Amino acid sequence: MADTICRTLRDGGLEGEHAPALTIKDSKASPFGFDVFNYVLTQLSNYILAGKSQSRGLVVVAYSRSPSFYVDLLKRRGIDIASSHDWIHILDCYTDPLGWKNWLIDKDISQEASSLSSFCQDVRNLDKLYSLIIEQGKGLIGQGKDRFSIAIDSVSEMVRHASISSVAGILSNLRSHDQVSSIFWLLHSDLHEIKFTSVLEYLSSMVASVEPFNQAAFGQRVDLENLSMLEQNFRKGKFHVRFKRRNGRVRVMCEEILVELAGIKFTPVLSEDEIINQRLLPKRYGFVQQVQFNLQLSEEERNERAKVVLPFEHQGNGKPIQIYDGRRSLGENKEEALVSTGKLQPDEDSGKGQIIYFRDSDDEMPDSDEDPDDDLDI
Amino acid sequence: MENQNLNLLDRALGLDGPSEPWPLSGRVVLIEDCVETSGSFVLHQLVKRSLSPTSSNVIIFVAFANPFSHYDRILRKLGCNLVTQRDNKRFIFFDMLMLRCPDEGKSSEGGLVLLYEKILKTICGLPGDKKDYVTIMIDDISLVEVAANGGSDYVLDFLHYCHALTSEFDCSLITLNHEDIYSSMERPTLILQMEYLADILIKAEPLSTGLATDVHGQLTVLNKGTSHRLGRSGNKIHNFHYKVKENTVEYFYPGSRV
Repeated sequence: MADTICRTLRDGGLEGEHAPALTIKDSKASPFGFDVFNYVLTQLSNYILAGKSQSRGLVVVAYSRSPSFYVDLLKRRGIDIASSHDWIHILDCYTDPLGWKNWLIDKDISQEASSLSSFCQDVRNLDKLYSLIIEQGKGLIGQGKDRFSIAIDSVSEMVRHASISSVAGILSNLRSHDQVSSIFWLLHSDLHEIKFTSVLEYLSSMVASVEPFNQAAFGQRVDLENLSMLEQNFRKGKFHVRFKRRNGRVRVMCEEILVELAGIKFTPVLSEDEIINQRLLPKRYGFVQQVQFNLQLSEEERNERAKVVLPFEHQGNGKPIQIYDGRRSLGENKEEALVSTGKLQPDEDSGKGQIIYFRDSDDEMPDSDEDPDDDLDI
Repeated sequence: MENQNLNLLDRALGLDGPSEPWPLSGRVVLIEDCVETSGSFVLHQLVKRSLSPTSSNVIIFVAFANPFSHYDRILRKLGCNLVTQRDNKRFIFFDMLMLRCPDEGKSSEGGLVLLYEKILKTICGLPGDKKDYVTIMIDDISLVEVAANGGSDYVLDFLHYCHALTSEFDCSLITLNHEDIYSSMERPTLILQMEYLADILIKAEPLSTGLATDVHGQLTVLNKGTSHRLGRSGNKIHNFHYKVKENTVEYFYPGSRV
């Protein structure tokens, strides 16, 4: 499914159509959005290098990491852009986004620019930023009808320096530029009002959300019970993608994320039956959670259980049985210990007590839907 | 690092390996605490480890909370002489207690720009062999916000530029902030942004079971495993209890103390 996203970005948009746009969003509870962003970036880069994509170049607008980070990242994934980078350009909004280095009294501290990256020193001016992106993109693809793709590593950082409407405006303009093939960006949803997240989702043709594997563990004080769930949340997550088709149809798909040493992996969500087989006990018990103790009975245990003599229960052999009641010695007052069968019988010896036990049913399975207290009239 | 009484916190931070390169180089550490469980002791522990004889670290300590004498007194009890380290230019102390930006707006930003410039110039002014081993510590961010007259955007800008220093010079950035200050806010942007920036999150909080005499609180160390230099080392979470004593802090797993 993550590959479906990458293929959609690779294929780009048709003539006269807006470029496909992807929003990747995450939150503190499952902060893997940047890993997903890097995955998509790597895949798209591979497609561009292989000549399989509509776009011929990629402009990375880097707010949250330095250009050298992306150089190292792609190098680890087998793409050496330090030596050959005529297809990629990094717009550095990370090193000096507000021009503070220009304010410094001592200007000996110089900045190194390179052909791979260029500085943006005023991220508040989105018109200027738009021009820079388009200029760098055209520089990669030259004249002609080729297109380029754009990756923005943090619109959360972008909106810190500009209004929601201007951010929406620049993204919309980029998306509708006829030389932009595809565009994707990362957003941390818990940093913003829902309004901003919604605006971006409306602008996007695909929305990929990273969500925690164990929602219940988030936000609680750490203790031994939720520690393992928290640990799981920092290795795994859920990945929901919503695709908006041209015809208006919306399709939702899910995968699971696993964060490993080598990077992020996407695995299909187990089908409901598979989950049941893995996590549930035999269906007749009706459990829905994995528990840390064994609730099943082995065959031997079941047999032993069947042999247990329940108090006050007729054993069905036609004879009354004697049960020692702990107060008198056996053999005395046998009438005290008479046990009858399930049906009422007239008691001929009305002076003596009897215990009549009606067994309701066979063993009721534990945790059945029926509440045993339902018949109480409180 | 030789085995000089390494504790659970050292191990959780990866300080039990070789001291060169410094395991926290290029990484951002955020210490979060609250009123019931102050996290200052974590900062003091990190000062002590950074200044160990086997490492080459230089600390730029930006102090908004306490004067030099306060830290000197505490670190002496932990076995570290800050006066000597200051004289050896390994502990550079920025006393920010009197920093107050009188007006809102540009002055707040201007004050933080100057602070950033001071840090940058200090790093650039270090001898070549020391420039790669800088640790910037800020105690604490809530007071930086006060100094900026509540301008949390300026504080975030300042933190962003400090983050850029970790990339440019491979230095580490260690900050302390109080989580409970922001707990009543609907969207505590400052602390959330800091958590996103951080590679390692150390949280000091009370036990879920309440107060105890032998345990002062619990530490949760979340090591996100991100690194701009090396590949991921994998997310790891550590949780253990602690007790702050006069001359030391004891760390232990729940239930392991007799």
